[in-house]
Amino acid sequence: MSTDTVAHADRGHADDHGDHGDHGHGEHVDHPDSYYVKIALVLAAITAAEVALSYMDVGAAFLPTLLIMMAIKFVMVVLFFMHLRFDSKWFNMAFWTGLILAILVYVAALTTFRFFG
Amino acid sequence: MSELAVDTSSGHDSAALDSRHDHAPHDDHGGGHGHYTSLGLSNNKLGMWLFLGSECLLFGGLISTYMLYRGRTAKGPGPNQVYDIPFTSASSFVLLMSSLTMVLAVTAAKRRDDGNTRLWLSVTALLGAMFVGGQVYEFTGFYNEGLGFTTSLFSSSLYTLTGFHGVHVTVGIMMLMALRGILTKNRIVGDKAEVVELIGLYWHFVDIIWIIIFTLVYLIPA
Repeated sequence: MSTDTVAHADRGHADDHGDHGDHGHGEHVDHPDSYYVKIALVLAAITAAEVALSYMDVGAAFLPTLLIMMAIKFVMVVLFFMHLRFDSKWFNMAFWTGLILAILVYVAALTTFRFFG
Repeated sequence: MSELAVDTSSGHDSAALDSRHDHAPHDDHGGGHGHYTSLGLSNNKLGMWLFLGSECLLFGGLISTYMLYRGRTAKGPGPNQVYDIPFTSASSFVLLMSSLTMVLAVTAAKRRDDGNTRLWLSVTALLGAMFVGGQVYEFTGFYNEGLGFTTSLFSSSLYTLTGFHGVHVTVGIMMLMALRGILTKNRIVGDKAEVVELIGLYWHFVDIIWIIIFTLVYLIPA
């Protein structure tokens, strides 16, 4: 049992240093600064599109389009700037569980107050 | 300390403990970094991610409350009368760019480039201060238009939501400046890059919360 645990600990450590990317966590990928600048430019472009959209009359497509753009920006920051895409699955679990729980709880609460209809 | 606690509770023998110490994560700065869980994860980083996950619930509550009450303006001004979309868009852009400078600070720290780490931390703090300054200016404008904290359910929920976010940004600025000071004095115990990354995670989190607030509160009409 002791050996198993040690091996597990070592495996985790190795993951943290990028030796076992196949486990799906702990890959350390170093990107050049230009990579992050490109992502920031995409985020800025989406923000500009969001603001432009708020001044346009696109009918029923307005709300879903705006929410999709918001979600894209959110996920891009989390995955690339916060490195969650390249980090441990346990960190992913900690964050996404909190987020999904929050969405479920408050959608339920808003439904109770008949917010959606 | 945590490593010892894990080993003690699970009854590891000393050989196993030695083995784990042999493979302890590198401490580049000789400060005793190595607080890793039995999963091989950094305790500090896991704690920060759990904290951020729990913060989703806090802001979820505040955003939901605003969504419920945004139409309850009583006799006070409503969202369409007080919001200045171009100004708030500029503020949002500033905060978004601060996430870029923060990630540049993290990459500089990983390269052990202390000079650029301090530079990007300072720029991030400056952009954060610009955002908070913009928020104070915006709140002053709201107040001058007759929107006090107790004017209506709309105003109370708006000030509480955006105010809480502003406090988070302010705390982030203080952490950035404190980190910059500690880096200058070379007093970080453990892995410098991880410390910068932890502050960075918090900073990016306040940015993603603003991404949601900006869309749901400002861009979607009541």
